[in-house]
Amino acid sequence: MYINTLSLAEVEVGKHFYWYLSDELTVHGQVLIVSWFVLLLVISFSILGTQKIEQIPQGWQNFMEFVVEFIEDIAKNQLGPTYYKPWLPFIGTLFLFIFGCNWAGALIPWKLITLPEGELAAPTNDINTTVALSLLVSLTYFYAGLQKKGLGYFKRYLEPTPVLLPINILEDFTKPLSLSFRLFGNILADELTVSVLTMLVPLIIPLPIMVLGVFASSIQALIFSTLAAAYIAEAIE
Amino acid sequence: MDAIISASSVIAAGLSVGLAAIGPGIGQGTAAGQAVEGIARQPEAENKIRGTLLLSLAFMEALTIYGLVVALSLLFANPFS
Repeated sequence: MYINTLSLAEVEVGKHFYWYLSDELTVHGQVLIVSWFVLLLVISFSILGTQKIEQIPQGWQNFMEFVVEFIEDIAKNQLGPTYYKPWLPFIGTLFLFIFGCNWAGALIPWKLITLPEGELAAPTNDINTTVALSLLVSLTYFYAGLQKKGLGYFKRYLEPTPVLLPINILEDFTKPLSLSFRLFGNILADELTVSVLTMLVPLIIPLPIMVLGVFASSIQALIFSTLAAAYIAEAIE
Repeated sequence: MDAIISASSVIAAGLSVGLAAIGPGIGQGTAAGQAVEGIARQPEAENKIRGTLLLSLAFMEALTIYGLVVALSLLFANPFS
């Protein structure tokens, strides 16, 4: 669907820049371009932060240590001080990637680059990205539980009573569903609100909404990683 | 798209966001009120309360977002058109 009134701004949903890999396999190019950009950003930040490691951190190393400590806090709060270490890289990667995606979509003027179809935006406003991330979380907490308890992990489906078995099984499906919808809906809602407001009033008025969007998208990254940590903690407790 | 289908989709989209906003609105109000009460009683716990409040507000907001996802799929990816 395509709405264009003033030609200053336009709202596009469901339009993609398709790349045809074969007859049946197509990918959404605009999502891949921005996620590669975010990957590059995160990797180069990490390389810059670890290039000259010193006893007293300075510059980039100082900043990256602050970031790592922040992520460590998220993991430690959910998983407890004894178990959080092995899951720290996973939770940190999730947080940094989602945070990078959300802020890249909000802060970089992608509109200046025109594509044949669709437009560049945050990769997390495509449901495929968020579903992939939340399925990764599902796989991880299953792996965590099975690794810690073996087949005894499945005993938790019968707790507190066997009557709740269907609900416990259902929970495994609603967890990735709610994780992916929350992230997708929030980011898409932010971008839609901003573009509809820009369509109505192009100057100044959308600014507070944009600031709110930047704030809300950082909170969403925090929530996603906190929940991932909480699910893992639930599986290994 | 059929006129009846588009009209009912637009009405349903409006209703799904509007109705989905009622519950979380009440919940967020209660949570924020309790948080303010907590801070007034124990100002030194403000940071901890703020963190928990933000996290739980985001959970409540997610409920409205589910309504929004339904509305968006009715408007932009309607399966019946």
